[in-house]
Amino acid sequence: MEAVVFVFSLLDCCALIFLSVYFIITLSDLECDYINARSCCSKLNKWVIPELIGHTVVTVLMLVSLHWFIFLLNLPVATWNIYRFIMVPSGNMGVFDPTEIHNRGQLKSHMKEAMIKLGFHLLCFFMYLYSMILALIND
Amino acid sequence: MSAPAGSPHPAASARIPPKFAGAAASGAAAPSGPGPAPHHQNGPAHSQMQVPSGYGLHHPNYIGPSGHFPQGPGKMTSLPLESQRGDYYSGLYTVPTQNVVTPCTANQSGAQQMYGRGPPAPHVVGSTPGSFQGAASSASHLYTSASQPYSSFVNHYNSPAMYSVNSSVASQGFPSTCGHYAMSTISNAVYPSVSYPSLPAGDPYGQMFTSQNAPTVRPVKDNSFPGQNTVVSYPSPLPPPPSQQQQQQQQQQQQQQQQQQSLSGYNTLSWSAPGLPSTPDSLIRNHTGSLAPTNNNPTNTVADSLSCAVMQNVQPRKSSPVVSTVLSGASSTRMPSAAKHPTEPVAPVTQPSELIQQKGMQYGEYVNNQASSAPTPLSSTSDDEEEEEEDEEAGVDSSSTTSSASPMPNSYDALEGGSYPDVHSSSASSPAPDPAPEPDPAPAPAPAPAPAAPQPSKMAKPFGYGYPILQPGYQNAAAPLNSGVHPSSQGYSGFQQYPQYPGVNQLSSGLGGLSLQSSPQPESLRPINLTQERNVLPMTPVWPPVPNLNLELKKLNCSPDSFRCTLTNIPQTQALLNKAKLPLGLLLHPFRDLTQLPVITSNTIVRCRSCRTYINPFVSFIDQRRWKCNLCYRVNDVPEEFMYNPLTRSYGEPHKRPEVQNSTVEFIASSDYMLRPPQPAVYLFVLDVSHNAVEAGYLTILCQSLLENLDKLPGDSRTRIGFMTFDSTIHFYNLQEGLSQPQMLIVSDIDDVFLPTPDSLLVNLYESKELIKDLLNALPNMFTNTRETHSALGPALQAAFKLMSPTGGRVSVFQTQLPSLGAGLLQSREDPNQRSSTKVVQHLGPATDFYKKLALDCSGQQTAVDLFLLSSQYSDLASLACMSKYSAGCIYYYPSFHHTHNPSQAEKLQKDLKRYLTRKIGFEAVMRIRCTKGLSMHTFHGNFFVRSTDLLSLANINPDAGFAVQLSIEESLTDTSLVCFQTALLYTSSKGERRIRVHTLCLPVVSSLADVYAGVDVQAAICLLANMAVDRSVSSSLSDARDALVNAVVDSLSAYGSTVSNLQHSALIAPGSLKLFPLYVLALLKQKAFRTGTSTRLDDRVYAMCQIKSQPLVHLMKMIHPNLYRIDRLTDEGAIHVNDRVVPQPPLQKLSAEKLTREGAFLMDCGSVFYIWIGKGCDNNFIEDVLGYPNFASIPQKMTHLPELDTLSSERTRSFITWLKDGRPLSAVLHVVKDESPAKTEFFQHLIEDRTEAAFSYYEFLLHVQQQICK
Repeated sequence: MEAVVFVFSLLDCCALIFLSVYFIITLSDLECDYINARSCCSKLNKWVIPELIGHTVVTVLMLVSLHWFIFLLNLPVATWNIYRFIMVPSGNMGVFDPTEIHNRGQLKSHMKEAMIKLGFHLLCFFMYLYSMILALIND
Repeated sequence: MSAPAGSPHPAASARIPPKFAGAAASGAAAPSGPGPAPHHQNGPAHSQMQVPSGYGLHHPNYIGPSGHFPQGPGKMTSLPLESQRGDYYSGLYTVPTQNVVTPCTANQSGAQQMYGRGPPAPHVVGSTPGSFQGAASSASHLYTSASQPYSSFVNHYNSPAMYSVNSSVASQGFPSTCGHYAMSTISNAVYPSVSYPSLPAGDPYGQMFTSQNAPTVRPVKDNSFPGQNTVVSYPSPLPPPPSQQQQQQQQQQQQQQQQQQSLSGYNTLSWSAPGLPSTPDSLIRNHTGSLAPTNNNPTNTVADSLSCAVMQNVQPRKSSPVVSTVLSGASSTRMPSAAKHPTEPVAPVTQPSELIQQKGMQYGEYVNNQASSAPTPLSSTSDDEEEEEEDEEAGVDSSSTTSSASPMPNSYDALEGGSYPDVHSSSASSPAPDPAPEPDPAPAPAPAPAPAAPQPSKMAKPFGYGYPILQPGYQNAAAPLNSGVHPSSQGYSGFQQYPQYPGVNQLSSGLGGLSLQSSPQPESLRPINLTQERNVLPMTPVWPPVPNLNLELKKLNCSPDSFRCTLTNIPQTQALLNKAKLPLGLLLHPFRDLTQLPVITSNTIVRCRSCRTYINPFVSFIDQRRWKCNLCYRVNDVPEEFMYNPLTRSYGEPHKRPEVQNSTVEFIASSDYMLRPPQPAVYLFVLDVSHNAVEAGYLTILCQSLLENLDKLPGDSRTRIGFMTFDSTIHFYNLQEGLSQPQMLIVSDIDDVFLPTPDSLLVNLYESKELIKDLLNALPNMFTNTRETHSALGPALQAAFKLMSPTGGRVSVFQTQLPSLGAGLLQSREDPNQRSSTKVVQHLGPATDFYKKLALDCSGQQTAVDLFLLSSQYSDLASLACMSKYSAGCIYYYPSFHHTHNPSQAEKLQKDLKRYLTRKIGFEAVMRIRCTKGLSMHTFHGNFFVRSTDLLSLANINPDAGFAVQLSIEESLTDTSLVCFQTALLYTSSKGERRIRVHTLCLPVVSSLADVYAGVDVQAAICLLANMAVDRSVSSSLSDARDALVNAVVDSLSAYGSTVSNLQHSALIAPGSLKLFPLYVLALLKQKAFRTGTSTRLDDRVYAMCQIKSQPLVHLMKMIHPNLYRIDRLTDEGAIHVNDRVVPQPPLQKLSAEKLTREGAFLMDCGSVFYIWIGKGCDNNFIEDVLGYPNFASIPQKMTHLPELDTLSSERTRSFITWLKDGRPLSAVLHVVKDESPAKTEFFQHLIEDRTEAAFSYYEFLLHVQQQICK
């Protein structure tokens, strides 16, 4: 059972890693003027909710399967995701707003955030991998 | 719905106008070139293009146009289908790949090939099922009510015959044209034939253009030019006739500049020189003729030049037209003289089609020697790779040049500083002997001090350290050529000659002395104890500080009206900037109405190959064939064409070209800068006709204004106009030529808006003028009995967008209430009880993203939406404003508008409309701001959409739009002594020309904190802070923004106190340049936008914020800090003369009630409104003479005009007010306020130095700041 949980987490984590990489690539495209703000933001906004769900599911799964440490590790990031999503002003077109992304260094902070998440997901990936192997051995 | 844009339909090629073929074909040709075929194209604005999914993906409407621009097959064929149809920007900006790059691609066959290509046949578009669907469903869209009340109009859909009309228009085999999908495609299909019938006429490519302002003056130029060369010989024996004199002066001026320049940086007029008011200086820059007398009179020294400057101050208006004709004339000579030019300019593309082939050849030639048609930061990856390759090539090309000039940063410094030895050596080694004789044995002493001066202070260069630009040396090299062409022009050549004019030496040493010794502490650094200084406000209007550059650069520099920086001395490092705690940014007014603007028609627009900077006065010429970019320091080649100087009609003087002599120039862009043919001027009016609107009665005023100004609408023969009205349904007006009267078409399906007859709704203004006039006459009375109270603004805007998207243009929306139906409906969010809350002000941001999305869509289709909000109640301007903010429109707001109950608002609307309808307009514009390497821009303010990091997309640009940019210093600027900023605004004029307006500003870099403080432009800083505060209050909260404003004062003053001034800390000390800072910040805090505690309606507040964001500095400053004058005792003392009128100049008064006396009358100039406050005890003579009433009691409460009385004081007052009103965009409305009338609160709220219930007085504010500093 535990192995199944971690296999799922592992897959989910892979998806999240890819998503982070996608975010980084798209944002750096914008930085280099390869795409314009409008299309960049519409691309990214599409993936904000999948990312949010993907991460929340893992977090909840860890809570349910009583892996406290991993749950607590995931909790801040999940909270941040949800907070960020909720706090979008009503007039904005999503977490990434094309009219503001070039202002006040928003682009940089988005970039930083995506980087941090990538690192975090990589860390989780290895943790899940280790836990999965451990669980498989124990089985 | 996918027009196969990538596969041009050969059969269709005959349909396109030749010119069009040029644009399209060049796009096609680039990829057809062999191998890497890097395209030199420069997108007019380097816009990015994102290939896989375009900006305009959502706009099926664009298919048609993209069909016209067959993107090169090589470029586009591999794309997914959807991208072919659409990315507007990629379509717009990548297509005109015109300058085919390598010689091999540019050969004749290639050219032929490209010109043979044509767009796909439009009927391809029609083969989609969408049109059928649309037809089937169209019946349901129709408003077939039998109770059609507007009997005067034929309901289009009631008459079946109309269908045939429609389909005949479409004529592309559509079974029906009613479905909106089919509609839009039809409109596109028809687009080329309908909208660009007169295209060749609008083709600017080879045409001769003169400056807009004074084409008629050319004869003058022609006469005077021959004389110019002879004039050069000093001293001129006879005073030449006035028209020549100007030129002569200019000429001499140039010489003098060179001489001064050769004296290195020593000769700077210090900004701090006490004898030199900043005023004249700024004027000198515009009117270069002023210093000439010093040349003729060698014994004149500094004093003389200063007095000259002052003299100039008095008569700029007279001299400027002449100067302008010189410049414009000069630029216009380009064409006539082109015959002599070695490189024949490209033939006009408007030639008949048989010439196309030949043209192609010319193109090829032209491209070959066009070294600088360089890569753009275009965006598709493939593009960029190509670009990089190109750059490498270029690097190889110029590697020899680069290596000969020493490595970059150091060499720049070296070039600037110790250039003289080099210069000598280069002149010595120049093959041809210098023809300029050196008769005098004394050239040595003059150059000697020059290198000496900068050396001791290598690290901290003295102020105004010069910028020789190497022209002297360059001229040495150039001299032989000059003489070859024009023997008489020897006088130009370099510094060897200046010993002939000892006056110059004296001048420079005198200036050097002035700047370095005689004023150890300049006025702008004089510490001022703010709490003790009672009269901080100067008596005269505040002038912008003049950047501390050497005289020559000062003259060349951009006018502060167009371009200002908050710090005229740029700190070297970000650390230094942080220490100073001052905002760094630019304030721009790029499209300002100018009386003097050199317009340059040139085949080659010379730009830096790597950063795409336009050549400007601040570049340095390394030798005759190379120039060094002043932003990225790359060495570029001077193209052959640039060697010819149309101004002097001589060859080999690139530094005398108008581009290099003026920091504000306008280029007529070639077809490289177009992605589609220049659009016609298209105006669409979207009018609210609900009950509320009819009640307010704005329609009468609007229609009246339109009727009056119909002929003055900017545009050419292609100008199109359309009207839509809406309440709960949307009404279109068919104005197609040939109808007997306008037809009203009603669409009631607001959930799925469609265009009933897309091609007859926007009609040619001249062809359908009678119908338009009929409609305008009928409109005000058509809806008088309406009982419809709802307003479907959102759907109406969607329809407007659909209507405009094929061409782009301007949509003017008139709205009188909260939109209540359909998409984009809004709820009332204002709680009237919270209006005077001191705590939280909510709802400053938009409630929905509908308007923002719509604006971005519009912006993508080059459509700007201007909003006129005339409402009596809350209308959620915060949400509605988004439609203009992001589409580069403008916002007008008339609270409690009523045509009879509120005559002053009605008058204001009338005046605003007059200006709005007749002012200049630029379409499909983009603006890019560049700055010297090391600086970077991070936040933009204004109405636009930031498309990529430094590219502002402006669907429309108008002369009243201002912008602000925040800057940061990313790399240390230690290896440069000057930084430059350049804005380039590329737009399509209303006449269908593609033009580029370029402004370049040059500022010195300083390394000490004191110098940074000395150069603060307090007005610019305040405007930038205001912009930042608006952002802050929307994104965070109003109280945050207010705190930030106060902190800006506290931080900067405490930083100054702790670092620069060494006086005691108990007092509040500010440098002279910042003495007005606290006052202005207090004024900001009492602005409608930021005030708390005083009852302010949410819409008023939001409107004030919108104005802060979009107004140019001059107008914004009046709004923030009005000017108060006492006008009951106007005298002629110090009066100035304008157009034969005497304009008295009363001193400025403090904005405080203490200045108001009961015996006086005061005029307050708030920018968009004037108040005349009449004191109770005001002299009856004044009331009678000026106001036309016998005494105070008989003055009416609402008085908005001054009668034209034949008395001296009336004349003075009126001429003063007229003078103030001149040259401002929002024509001001005058209110006469009696001391006891209720309207006086309006007046008194502007007295910002006084205490109110909710806010500090100025003195209290100072104490508060002091307290904060001491904490």
